[in-house]
Amino acid sequence: MNMSRIFLITMMCWVCVQVQAQDDLMQALEESQKEDINYTIQTFNGTRIINGHSVETKGKGELEFIFSHRFGRINSGSYNFWGLDDAFVRLGLEYGITDRLGVGLGRSSTDKTFDGFVRYKVLRQSLGAKNIPFTVTAVGSWYIKTSPQARFNPQITMNERIAYSLELLAAKKFSPNFSMQITPVWVHRNTVNQMFENNDDVALGVGGRHRLTRSLSITGEYFYRVNAHANTTRHDAVGLGVDIETGGHVFQLIFTNSLGLFTRAVVSETQGDFFDGDIHFGFNISRNFQLSRNR
Amino acid sequence: MKLLASFLLINCCVSTYAQKYKSEESVITFFSEAAIENIAATNSKSTSLFNTETGEIAFLVPIGGFTFEKSLMQQHFNEKYMETHKFPTASFKGKIIGIEKALRGEPEVQAIGQLSIHGQTKEIEADGLLKLVNGKIMMSSSFMIELEDYKIKIPRLLWQNIAERVEVKIEFTYGPL
Repeated sequence: MNMSRIFLITMMCWVCVQVQAQDDLMQALEESQKEDINYTIQTFNGTRIINGHSVETKGKGELEFIFSHRFGRINSGSYNFWGLDDAFVRLGLEYGITDRLGVGLGRSSTDKTFDGFVRYKVLRQSLGAKNIPFTVTAVGSWYIKTSPQARFNPQITMNERIAYSLELLAAKKFSPNFSMQITPVWVHRNTVNQMFENNDDVALGVGGRHRLTRSLSITGEYFYRVNAHANTTRHDAVGLGVDIETGGHVFQLIFTNSLGLFTRAVVSETQGDFFDGDIHFGFNISRNFQLSRNR
Repeated sequence: MKLLASFLLINCCVSTYAQKYKSEESVITFFSEAAIENIAATNSKSTSLFNTETGEIAFLVPIGGFTFEKSLMQQHFNEKYMETHKFPTASFKGKIIGIEKALRGEPEVQAIGQLSIHGQTKEIEADGLLKLVNGKIMMSSSFMIELEDYKIKIPRLLWQNIAERVEVKIEFTYGPL
């Protein structure tokens, strides 16, 4: 009786072992997997959608050199070679302190303005173990106009030359090809002509990217000024563009009514009326350098 | 009699456990030499199960786990080449041949099986080394893969940036399951 029971148990064990050995190893491995957090990458190709910032931050130790250029108005005629005679330029640098925190500096020919900004990715769109539906990045900027020249205009104080802006960018990559961003912006300028300008401008930006091929995308962007001054002579900034991405470069070819190459000028100082044909051709070119190892 | 029974049971269990090993540490690296810049990445998030009795082995490699020195390169790798959102894992399922010999001190073994990358599966063979050290199995191998075999497309603008063959090295340490 006992012997047969032992035999039975042994047999059962043996069967167990056999079953286990035949069990699909891959299936067992898949079942043992812990779910990872998959952060969404490349919601936009670069740190700019067109004129405004995108939610993208530089990777840790990555330095971006960005060269932005706008020509004159296309509708300025053949004498002005359809705007190509004029040039408005910003040279900028941005460095990733961490994957989420970056700092930038720039110098634009518009009012000979220097700008500095801090960018922080507050939320990262992700799937998997952590499900976050969108990315949120905050950008705080500081601007100083160095034109008119201080030496010959001592009556203009330092304080009068300064402006600030704060942007909260929220973007979602709906599919590998399609991303959208909503950008509430607040701009404060210390000095304005209150006859037709506000010290504080609030605007709502909307931007998007649609990828056509792996290296080619089309982009669009619009900044709606929520509290535009009743006598405003400025316009909402509109832009359409094409992004061409190669290894370390992003080329953005742009049509826009804004000569602004930084947020203050884009939101509060756009002179052209897009729908009246006051359009500038322009481009942003960025090149990335990895200064320190990523991991 | 009961003693015998429990002894048999324990024996059974032990033999069951000793046959199956699970990866405790893993490193997968790949390297490709190209005209402008070399491309190299490391992944330590892979997992594997190994049955020493049957020789069966399985690997799962999360593509998003490859880290590069340049973060932009890492983004392009996932976004443009591997399409990680569509094909998040690579896998290998196959058999190791020569385990008995390896355990006796001749570490050369061969692996035969199916390698799946980027949604494409190919039969491959690779040479490797297998050693038993303090109850742990150390396994290593290195082999070449052709990007074309796995339909990993290289944009023409970038052809000189990316080699068409990539050398993959793996190092796994297994402990009994």
